[in-house]
Amino acid sequence: MLGELKGETLKIAVCIKSVPDTEAKIKVAGDSKNIDTADVRFITNPYDEFAIEEALKLKEKFGGETVAIAIGGNEATEVLRDSLARGIDSAIHVKDAELENLDPLSTAKILAAVIQEGGYDAVFCGQQGVGGDNSAVPSMLAEFLDMPQVAMTVKLEVADNKFKAEREIEGAHEIVEGSLPALFSAQKGLNEPRYPSIKGVMAARRKEIAVKDATALGVAGNFSADKRKMRLKQMVMPPERPQGKLIDGDVDTQAKTLVKLLREEAHVI
Amino acid sequence: MAQGILVFIEQRNGQVRKSSLEALSEAARLIGNVGGSVSAVVVGQNVKGLTAEISKYKPAKIFVVDSGDFANYSTEGYAQAVTEAVKKADPAFVFSAQTSMAKDLIPRVAARLDAPIATDVTEIKSEGSSLTAVKPMYSGKAYGVYEFASPLVFITLRPNRFALSAADAGHQAQVEDLAVSAGNIRAKVGEVHAAKGQTIEVSEAPIIVAGGRGIKGPENWPVLQNLCDVLGAALGASRAVVDAGWIDHQHQVGQTGKTVSPQLYIACGISGAIQHLAGMSSSKVIVAINKDPEAPIFKHATYGIVGDVLEIVPKVTEELKHMNGKN
Repeated sequence: MLGELKGETLKIAVCIKSVPDTEAKIKVAGDSKNIDTADVRFITNPYDEFAIEEALKLKEKFGGETVAIAIGGNEATEVLRDSLARGIDSAIHVKDAELENLDPLSTAKILAAVIQEGGYDAVFCGQQGVGGDNSAVPSMLAEFLDMPQVAMTVKLEVADNKFKAEREIEGAHEIVEGSLPALFSAQKGLNEPRYPSIKGVMAARRKEIAVKDATALGVAGNFSADKRKMRLKQMVMPPERPQGKLIDGDVDTQAKTLVKLLREEAHVI
Repeated sequence: MAQGILVFIEQRNGQVRKSSLEALSEAARLIGNVGGSVSAVVVGQNVKGLTAEISKYKPAKIFVVDSGDFANYSTEGYAQAVTEAVKKADPAFVFSAQTSMAKDLIPRVAARLDAPIATDVTEIKSEGSSLTAVKPMYSGKAYGVYEFASPLVFITLRPNRFALSAADAGHQAQVEDLAVSAGNIRAKVGEVHAAKGQTIEVSEAPIIVAGGRGIKGPENWPVLQNLCDVLGAALGASRAVVDAGWIDHQHQVGQTGKTVSPQLYIACGISGAIQHLAGMSSSKVIVAINKDPEAPIFKHATYGIVGDVLEIVPKVTEELKHMNGKN
């Protein structure tokens, strides 16, 4: 069986991130540079769930190996465990205080350092990390890995080492074709992510999470404060919206009043 | 020494994207502080004619990369073209609108040039000759102010947030052809399939009418679509109805959908979950129509109506038609 699949099996990397639950209220911490994480539940970045699922589907079809990669502190262990419980084979945890809270350029360089030597056929990322909301790491990573890429993938077919992907653009889907190795950023709609099974959760406990620091990756000192090209100066809360008006009356009056206000007071129509 | 601002002008099918011209307008406003001059780059096939329109927003120079290699968008081909334009213009900043193309393309170019990128920026401030970028984080639950320490910086600007300058038909930008070979394109774009029904893109629409559970079922989308038609609005949706399969994800507004800042956002039967509010609360004017007077959406609304969406929306549509008829 293995002999039969050899040559067609895929080695797949999935980049994942731990983020605050999308239902969480966000408060800025006292240092004005971070969020207050008290009372915030952390989850696997929702877009990364689609990335994990697609990697698992490809492995089920072609055989091979799936590896999840996350950068972060202890919270990253949780999301890596979660990916292993869903069926990912092994995990790499990049853990180093020097490598936290980095901009997309630095993040992409670190992920490239992890993925570069692995001989991967496909790399999956969520199209955006909830929080930083940059949507920049996947394209930057593809550049550093010298791979073709498809950002915002909503459909993917792979056969004979070739891919046909659909990406979401404004009001349309664009069909992109090429050969592996390639990088795909996953958009909602790509698939229906599976939940970890009890069996999966048990199995995940026995799977390996390799921890690597900056020295192990050969990037020690590259991202020290004086070398960062972009930094978060301050985090602020959005301005409060002014008190609104409730429109009373019967349905006809309400409709007429609304149109009048939009036109004469708000000047938006 | 790197100076000035280069603006990537996106075109599809020979149409310049309005949000690119917004980015160009913002570059023109900032250039006095940044120093140097504003230039633009447009890439495609038979796009030279577009320079007349781009010129109205006052770049000093427009680089044109025009060949059959660029008839279709490709990440690798376009990245090559924009990289060459950056090398030629040697700017301190590269601006682009934050669009689907930009998400794919601009970070790749920034990585190639080892430059940092701030994306989906909603405000740019100048401090001396340097710029700081303000961008929504957590879909707008917070804002981050970023500063840069790099001779070259990429910034993508959220559509609809930066004012379009008045067009100046008298301005004549210098046009320079750039000969660029697309190189080896490994991921090729074939067909483009238009999405069903959607004519106005949610992320760029000045007005959005969005529906949630309160519309009761997918059979009632026409009620909202009629209002969209009379307002020239895009149709949006809450996560609940997208997950229920009532409408395609392209329409979803919120933290795992689109983050939008239209002039007017009309939330119809949307209660206002935190992740939805995050995606639309920076809209200029918010109208909430909901049966439940306790719905969180009302706390964010400029105007609120407590009632049944399916009764109120047709009346509003009728009233607008009536008003349009009078003009």
